[in-house]
Amino acid sequence: MSQTVPLSVPPQPGPWAVELVGIDKRFGPVHANKAVSLRIRAGSIHGLVGENGAGKSTLMSILYGFYQADEGQILVNGAEVRIREPKDAIALGIGMVHQHFMLVEEFTVLENLMLGAEGGALLKDGIRKARAEVERLEKAYRLDVPLDAKVADLNVGIQQRVEILKALYRGAQVLILDEPTAVLSPPEVQDLFRILDALRAQGRTILMITHKLKEIMAITDAVSVLRQGAVVASFHTQDTNEAALAEAMVGRRANPAVRRPGAPAGAPLLTVEDLSIFDERGVERLKRATFRVRAGEIVGVAGVAGNGQSELLEALSGMTPFQRGRVHVNGRDVTPESPMDPAQARRQGIAHVPEDRLRRAVVKPFPAFQNALLGYQDDPAMADGPRLNWKRVAAATARLMEDWDVRPRQPSLRTSLFSGGNQQKLVLGREMERDPNVLLVGQPTRGVDIGAIEFIHRRLLAMRDAGKAILLVSAELEEIMALSDRILVMCDGAITGELAAEDATEGLIGRLMAGITDDMEHGSRADAAGGAA
Amino acid sequence: MDDTALWIVSLLASTVRLATPLVLASLAGFYSERAGVVDIGLEGKMLTGAFAAAATAAVTGSPWAGLAAAIAASLLLALVHGFACITHRGDQVVAGVAINTIAAGLTAVLANAWFDLGGRTPSLDGGQRFLGLHFPLAEAVRGVPLLGRFYGEVIGGQNLLVYLAVLAVPATSWVAYRTRFGLRLRAVGENPAAVDTAGISVPWLRYRAVLITGLLCGVAGAYLSIAQGAGFQENMTAGKGYLALAALILGKWRPYPTLAGCLLFAATDALQARLQGVALPVVGAVPVQIIEVLPYILTVLLLAGFVGKSIPPKAAGQAYVKDR
Ligand SMILES: Nc1ncnc2c1ncn2[C@@H]1O[C@H](COP(=O)(O)OP(=O)(O)OP(=O)(O)O)[C@@H](O)[C@H]1O
Ligand SMILES: [Mg+2]
Repeated sequence: MSQTVPLSVPPQPGPWAVELVGIDKRFGPVHANKAVSLRIRAGSIHGLVGENGAGKSTLMSILYGFYQADEGQILVNGAEVRIREPKDAIALGIGMVHQHFMLVEEFTVLENLMLGAEGGALLKDGIRKARAEVERLEKAYRLDVPLDAKVADLNVGIQQRVEILKALYRGAQVLILDEPTAVLSPPEVQDLFRILDALRAQGRTILMITHKLKEIMAITDAVSVLRQGAVVASFHTQDTNEAALAEAMVGRRANPAVRRPGAPAGAPLLTVEDLSIFDERGVERLKRATFRVRAGEIVGVAGVAGNGQSELLEALSGMTPFQRGRVHVNGRDVTPESPMDPAQARRQGIAHVPEDRLRRAVVKPFPAFQNALLGYQDDPAMADGPRLNWKRVAAATARLMEDWDVRPRQPSLRTSLFSGGNQQKLVLGREMERDPNVLLVGQPTRGVDIGAIEFIHRRLLAMRDAGKAILLVSAELEEIMALSDRILVMCDGAITGELAAEDATEGLIGRLMAGITDDMEHGSRADAAGGAA
Repeated sequence: MDDTALWIVSLLASTVRLATPLVLASLAGFYSERAGVVDIGLEGKMLTGAFAAAATAAVTGSPWAGLAAAIAASLLLALVHGFACITHRGDQVVAGVAINTIAAGLTAVLANAWFDLGGRTPSLDGGQRFLGLHFPLAEAVRGVPLLGRFYGEVIGGQNLLVYLAVLAVPATSWVAYRTRFGLRLRAVGENPAAVDTAGISVPWLRYRAVLITGLLCGVAGAYLSIAQGAGFQENMTAGKGYLALAALILGKWRPYPTLAGCLLFAATDALQARLQGVALPVVGAVPVQIIEVLPYILTVLLLAGFVGKSIPPKAAGQAYVKDR
C-alpha cells in the first residue's frame, strides 16, 4: 500500500484554501483524529474517504468549529486562524452541510436560509434582500428550491439544496459536504454533481466525504484516505483508481460480495395481495402491490426514493395500517380488519431494519446495549422474571459488536456517539441475530463504508442461503442487482415491473423506475418466472 | 332588559380583569417555551412577584417601586431556572416545580416574618396601587344604553397594567414573527442544533427568552397584589400559572389564540363567581368545586375535540447537548 504524505506538490498552480496541520482529537478513550494533516487546493473538489468511524466527520466538524481540536493548527488562505465556534468558520467563509441536516423543519426555506444571517434586527428588510440574493444564487447554480415551502414538506434532495444554498448565502468559499449523496437517488446525485461542478468553476473549494469511490473518481480533483483517525494516503484523482483507494481504506484488497444463484426458492413465506395505503389526505401512496417472497430468495425493490417503497416496508412491518389488500405471512392473515402491530410482527418471525435508522430504529441517547435489545425486550433470556438483566444484555451486546464489527466495542457508549455506519451495523445485528423467517430491510448500507458493505452483503446472502425470505429496499441500483434473485421496480406507488435477476439491466430498471412500462415483454416473463400472483 | 345588559357589562369587565394576569403569564410562558425551555414555574414567579410588589409598595408607598421589585424578584427566579436548565442542563420540569415550591414557602414565611399579619402584607391604600384610569367622556356617555357602560367599564376604567397586558399580545406577535430575535427564538425551540451550526449561541438565546419570561411574570404578580388586589395573601396566585400554561397549550403556542384561551378561562371564572350559590334551573345549586374545575375540564374538552392536535415546539423540554 502506498503510504504517501499529504499532497506536497500542487496539482495545478494555485494557493491552498485550507490547510490542517497536525489535528489531534480524542473523545475520552476514542482517538478520533491522530495528527491529521491535509491541504486543500483553492478551487478544487477534494474527496475524503475512509471506513466508518475513521474520523472524517470529526475532522470536518473541527474545521467548522463544531468541535475543538485538542492540538493542531488550521490555516485558511495561508493565514493561521482560530475557529472556536461555527460563527468563526462562517466568518472565514467556511460552510458545512452536515450528514444529518441542520434545518428547522417547521420553517419555510427562506426562514431557514436567513437564520443567523438575517441582515438586521427586523426581518422586513432582510427578507427582501434575501429573496433577491437567493434568487441570484439559484440562477447562478441552477439550485431551484421553493422559497416559501415548509422544509418538512420537501424531500431530502431538495432539503440538501437548501443546506447548500444556506452555506452559499452566508458567503461560503469553502464548502464541506458530509456524505451528501448517502440519501440521494441517482438522478439527484447527478444534479448535485452539476451544482458542485458549477461551484468549482466559480472558484469555490469543496471538501466532500463519501463512501462511494465511483463518486470520488467522477468528480474530485484530489482525494485523501483516513484510516483509524490518521491520513494514510493522498492522491491526485487522475493518478489513482477505485481498487487502490479501497485498498488504502481497509488495508487489504477489496472483495465485493456477489450473488451466486442459490438453491431454487422454496415455499412463499410472505404473500402480498392488492395492498394499498392511503395517507391522511386520502392520496393512494401504495397502489395495489402484489408479490411474493419465497424461502431462500432475496427480492429487491428498486425505485427513486419516495415512490412507495417506504410505505411498503412500513405496512409489512406493522408500523402503518393499510386500507386495502391482504398480507399472508408465516401462516397468519393480515387484513385491514385484523391488522398486525410491530410487536406481533416480530413474534410472527418478521424482522425489520427501517430505512431511517435514527428515527425509527434506535433511541439516540440510549447506550448501545439498550438499543441492541430494543424491540426484543420481552426475550426471557435477557430477564430474571420481570426484571431485565442488564449485565446479560450488555454481554450479549458485546458479542453482537464482535460479530458485526461495531466500533468502538463499547456497549455502554451513547448510541448517538457511534458513527453512522456503526449504528447501522448495530441495528442490522440486532434484527438478523434473532433468526427471523422474513427480513424486511431498507437501505441496509446507507452511509456504510465499503468494507462493511461487503460484510453486510455477505450476511444477507448467507441468510438467504439459510432459507429465509428477504425483502430488500435500496436506492442503490448496484446493491439491488448484486443481491436480488428477483427485482420489483416501483414508480409512483405502483409496482411497474418485476424482473428476474438474469434479465435485469440498469437501463431496463431505470425505465421502469421512470414509469415507462411499454417494455412489457420482459416484465411479464419475469412475472411468470417469479411466480407472482 | 336593562338588568341583563348591566349584568353582561359587569361580566365582561370582570372577564378583562381576570384575564390580565393569565395573558401576562401565558405570554411569559410563550417566550420560554418557544425557546425550548418548558416552564412549569410561571406560578412561582408570579407569586414571588406579587409578594415583592405588595411588600415594597407597603414600605415605600409607591406602586412603581412595587412593580420594579416584582420584576426584579421574578427575574431572579428566572435566572435560577435558566442556570439549572440551560447552563447545567437540568430537568426543566423538576426545576420549575422546585421554583414553585420555594416561592410558595418563602413568600408565606417572609410575609409572616416581616409583617406578622398571618401571611399577608398590610393592605394598601389607593396611592400605593395602580388604580383604574378614567377615560375621557366616560361620565358623559354613561347614559348611552349598553355602549356607554361598555366604554366606561370594560374599555376604560381599567388600571395601567391591564392595558399593558393588552399591548403585550400584539407586541409579542410582532417580536416573534417580525424580528430577528423572534426568528431565532422560534428556531431554537424547534432545532437548537440548526441554531448552533448557524453560528448563534443557543444558551444566550435561551437565557434571553427566560429573562423575558421573568419580566412578564413579575408584571403579572404585581397586577395581582397591587393593582387588582390591595395586598399580598398567601398563595394568592391559586393556580393561575398552570391555567396560563393551559391557555398556551390551547392556543398552540401562538400569541393570539393564546389570548383567546385566556379570555375563555377568564370568562368561565367570571361566570363561576356569579353562579356560586345561585340555584340553576333543573340542577339546583352547583357545588363550588365543580364550578372551579370548569376551566380545566374545558381545556381537556377543547383539546380533545375542537382545537385539534396541539404540538409543542419540538425541542421543548430537552437540554441542548452538542451532538451530531
Ligand atoms: N462526541 C463524541 N463523543 C465520543 N466519541 C465520538 C464523538 N463523536 C465521534 N466519536 C467517535 O469518534 C470516532 C470517529 O467518528 P466520526 O463520526 O468522525 O467517523 P466517520 O469517519 O465520520 O464515520 P462514518 O463514515 O460512519 O460517518 C468514532 O469512533 C466515533 O464513535
Ligand atoms: Mg461521518
